[in-house]
Amino acid sequence: VFKRFVEIGRVAFISFGPHAGKLVAIVDVIDQNRALVDGPCSGVRRQAMPFKCMQLTDFVLKFPHSARQKCVRLAWQKENINEKWAATRWAKKIEAREKKAKMTDFDRYKVMKAKKMRNRIIKHEMKKLQKLSSKKGKKPEKSEKPEKAPKSEKPGKAQKPEKVPKAQKAQK
Amino acid sequence: MAGEKAPGEKKPGEKAPGEKKRSKKKTGEKKPAEQKASQKEAGEKKKKVKKYHCSRNPVLARGIGRYSRSAMYARKALYKRKYTAPETKIEKKKKEKPRATITKPVGGDKNGGSRVVKIRKMPRYYPTEDVPRKLLSHGKKPFCEHKRRLRASITPGTVLILLTGRHRGKRVVFLKQLATGLLLVTGPLVINRVPLRRAHQKFVIATSTKVDISGVKIPKHLTDAYFKKKRLRKPKHQEGEIFDTEKEKYEITEQRKSDQKAVDSQILAQIKKVPQLRGYLRSTFCLSNGVYPHKLVF
Repeated sequence: VFKRFVEIGRVAFISFGPHAGKLVAIVDVIDQNRALVDGPCSGVRRQAMPFKCMQLTDFVLKFPHSARQKCVRLAWQKENINEKWAATRWAKKIEAREKKAKMTDFDRYKVMKAKKMRNRIIKHEMKKLQKLSSKKGKKPEKSEKPEKAPKSEKPGKAQKPEKVPKAQKAQK
Repeated sequence: MAGEKAPGEKKPGEKAPGEKKRSKKKTGEKKPAEQKASQKEAGEKKKKVKKYHCSRNPVLARGIGRYSRSAMYARKALYKRKYTAPETKIEKKKKEKPRATITKPVGGDKNGGSRVVKIRKMPRYYPTEDVPRKLLSHGKKPFCEHKRRLRASITPGTVLILLTGRHRGKRVVFLKQLATGLLLVTGPLVINRVPLRRAHQKFVIATSTKVDISGVKIPKHLTDAYFKKKRLRKPKHQEGEIFDTEKEKYEITEQRKSDQKAVDSQILAQIKKVPQLRGYLRSTFCLSNGVYPHKLVF
């Protein structure tokens, strides 16, 4: 049922508090509510932190309990946690949320246009396939194929218009 | 002799700039440079030589003199020592009295043709209670002297969203702030049908999108007076046509059209450089479900 456990070396994401948004590694457990925590590569000093504000990630480092910061840092860099974290969907969702909040009026317009264009393309393709399937009657083989095709096309096209506004944002 | 005439001419010329130094000496046949110097010396000598009389009012006790004010007047012979300050240029000008009356022509038969009318007439009404004099106030300036402020987010070339007026919701380019504090703004006209127009700073949202307007020259005659609404209302007491005021329908003058073209052509060139900006300016701003202005970043 539970897949992520509080253990020495577990990398956690701080959800609220002064260090909100940063990653830390659990170095030791103090009592039922607090842990000794250290984030040498994310700018968090070694300190006690309540479990409530931590959210466990999938990453676990290998170092003995109460290891000093140097050891934690070495383990962190060896595992390349920062890059691995940036590649997770979790981090990407956070980033997307941030970008959305920072969107200016002009950006919102561009996104609207891109979405519109994308939806139009999708609709166009769907209509084409629906026509095809309705033309060829109720043959189950052919109706499965066109169902799979638009699903593979959708993520392809979804990436394009998303990249367009994000690239424009980056340019800005 | 020429020599005698020359000094005579020089004297009034010299006296005019140096009125204070009254030289009574008439130096005869001398050269002009030497004359000036000698006259100056004479004047200076006279001033220095002037001796002041001791006090004509012996002291009885400290602060108390022997003679009264009127007695002193006689003793000091002030009756024959009355000086006036030299007439300044301002006083000379003031002597020119303004015209008191003016003759105006009068029509009609057998009326004599003209009347002599006073220019400044006596008041026709005196209030029974005089209006009390107002106390001096501090810092109350008329509108023309008010400080005009401009939000830091509004700079020339910013895209603004108009919130009120017939162009509400439209996105518009800001040009400059006018003397009364209103913002001069343009659509451009071909993009969203907003002409060169004034907008109030308070009823405008400034977005962070900016158009580069540094090279755009705005004509100098676009001032508040240019944009002010004109209203002619002089009903000449003709009962039939009171409601038909002269400027019912606003007509676009040729000057406005030419000014619009002049400004817009420059701005359109800059707008074309930014992709999708033209479409952005064409669109209107609106709120929908889940969109809260306090959470939006403009």
